[in-house]
Amino acid sequence: MTTYFTADHEWIRVEGNVATVGITDHAQQQLGDLVFVDLPEVGRVVVKGDPAVVVESVKAASDVYAPVDGEVTAVNDTVGAEPALVNSGAEGDGWLWRMTLSDPTQLAGLMDKTAYLASID
Amino acid sequence: MTDAGDLKRLPLEHLHVAAGARFGGFAGWSMPLTYPPGVMKEHLHTREKAGLFDISHMKLFAVAGPGAAAMIARACPLDAAAIAVSQSKYTFFLNEAAGIIDDLIVTRLGADRFMIVANAGNAAVDEAHLMEIAAAFDCTVTPLDRVFLALQGPEAAAILAGVGVDFAGLTFMHGIEPKPGWFMTRSGYTGEDGFEIALPPGEAAAFADSLLADGTAMWIGLAARDSLRLEAGLCLHGQDITPDINPVEAGLMWAIAKPVRATGGFIGADALRAKLDAGASEKRVGIAPEGRQPVRGGAPLFSEAGEPAGRVTSGGFGPSVNAPVAMGYVSAALALPGTKLFAEVRGSRVPVSIHSLPFTPHRYVKG
Repeated sequence: MTTYFTADHEWIRVEGNVATVGITDHAQQQLGDLVFVDLPEVGRVVVKGDPAVVVESVKAASDVYAPVDGEVTAVNDTVGAEPALVNSGAEGDGWLWRMTLSDPTQLAGLMDKTAYLASID
Repeated sequence: MTDAGDLKRLPLEHLHVAAGARFGGFAGWSMPLTYPPGVMKEHLHTREKAGLFDISHMKLFAVAGPGAAAMIARACPLDAAAIAVSQSKYTFFLNEAAGIIDDLIVTRLGADRFMIVANAGNAAVDEAHLMEIAAAFDCTVTPLDRVFLALQGPEAAAILAGVGVDFAGLTFMHGIEPKPGWFMTRSGYTGEDGFEIALPPGEAAAFADSLLADGTAMWIGLAARDSLRLEAGLCLHGQDITPDINPVEAGLMWAIAKPVRATGGFIGADALRAKLDAGASEKRVGIAPEGRQPVRGGAPLFSEAGEPAGRVTSGGFGPSVNAPVAMGYVSAALALPGTKLFAEVRGSRVPVSIHSLPFTPHRYVKG
C-alpha cells in the first residue's frame, strides 16, 4: 500500500489495482469548513486531470481532480451526508472515491509525502 | 491574484497574525479571512455572543463647513439638513444614470459636521467624486486614518460598557464621538445589534485587546462577515449593487425619503425619477436553493419553463440558516416569495425558490 500526492492537493492510496482518493489535510485547511461534496457516479470513467468531485466551503467551490486514469468503483456516501468529515479526517475517513487504475505508470509522476510536504512548505 | 506585496496592510495586522489569521486580498487590502476556529464557528459565535471585526479597510470622510449639508444633499439622495444630530442614514452616491457608485452611512455630528463611511473597494473613486462635488460648496472633506472595528452580536453592548465606552442612549443607526478622535455608530453588517468604532491607530491595539479580554468576543474574519451579511440580506457593493444597478431595482428605495424622491437636487435625480415612473423590470430578491448545494454569485437563473429569469449576485452557505442562501435579481414578474426557479450550477439545474430577505431576523436595538 503506497500513498501518492498531487500538486493539486489530492492523495491517492494504491492497493494492487485499486486506489482510494481524497484531498490532503493541507487542502481542507485552506478550504475551511466544507458544506457540500458533489460526488461522481459509480462507473464513471475519469481521465487524469478531470474534475471528479466538487467540494464546497461556505465561501467557494473547488474541483478535486482525478490523479490518474480509471473508473470510479465506489464513493464515500458518508461525506456526502456529512461534508465536515472531510475537514476532520481528510486523509482518513474523509476519503472521496475509489477507482481502478487503467495506467499504473501514471503514478510515477506523483509525489511521495515528503516531497508533497516540502512543496507546500 | 493580486501580489501580496501590493496589498495595503492593516495597522493591527500583528494582532491578527498573533491570533492565527489566514490572510487574503480584498479591495486592495491584505485582510484576515478566517481565524483558527473557522468560518462556521466564527459566524455562529457572532450570532450567539459577539464577534470583533477589523474593518479598517473601510474609508471615513469627515465633512465640515456651512455648506456641508447642502453638499451631501447634492452628492446623495438624502436631505442632510433634515437629519438630527447623532442620526445615521444609509444612502448612496449615484451616477447621472442613478446607478449606485457606492453605498454609505452618513452620520450628522453637529450643525455643520458629518461623517461618511464608505466601502474599501470604492475609496479612491468615492474620494475623487466627493472632492469634485465639494469644490462647489463651502465645506471641507477630510479622509481620516483610523483603525475601524466592528463589535457585533447580542453581547456587544455589555462588552463595550465593560471597557468604559459611554454610549448611553445610543440606538440603532445613531452615532457619536465618545472620545477625541473617536467615532462610533450603533450599526453593522451582520443583522445583529452592534457597533462600529473608529479610533486613532495609536490607541487601537489596547482597545481591541480590552474588547477580547474576557473571552466573550472573538476575532471574526472576512469570510464570516460575508456569510453574516448575506443571511441578513445586506448588499455587497460590487456584487449585489453596482454602478449599473439603481436603487429601484435594488429594492433600496426605503433609503430615499419621499420628498427627496420628488424634489431632491441630488446627482442622478432625473434618471431615478424616470426609473420610478417606469417601474423596475427586475428586482433584487433572496434565493433559497433546495438541498445542500450552494449556488454562487454569477449563476444564471431560469424559469420552470426554461426561460432566462435572472442571475445570482451573492451566494454561499448560511451557517445560522444551516442551508445554502443566495441573493440576486429576477424579472419583476418572478420576484414573489415562493416562486420556483432553477439555478444553473456546473451544467446542472438546481431548484431554488424566491425567499424574503433577510434569511435571519434582524436584532437591532431601535430607539
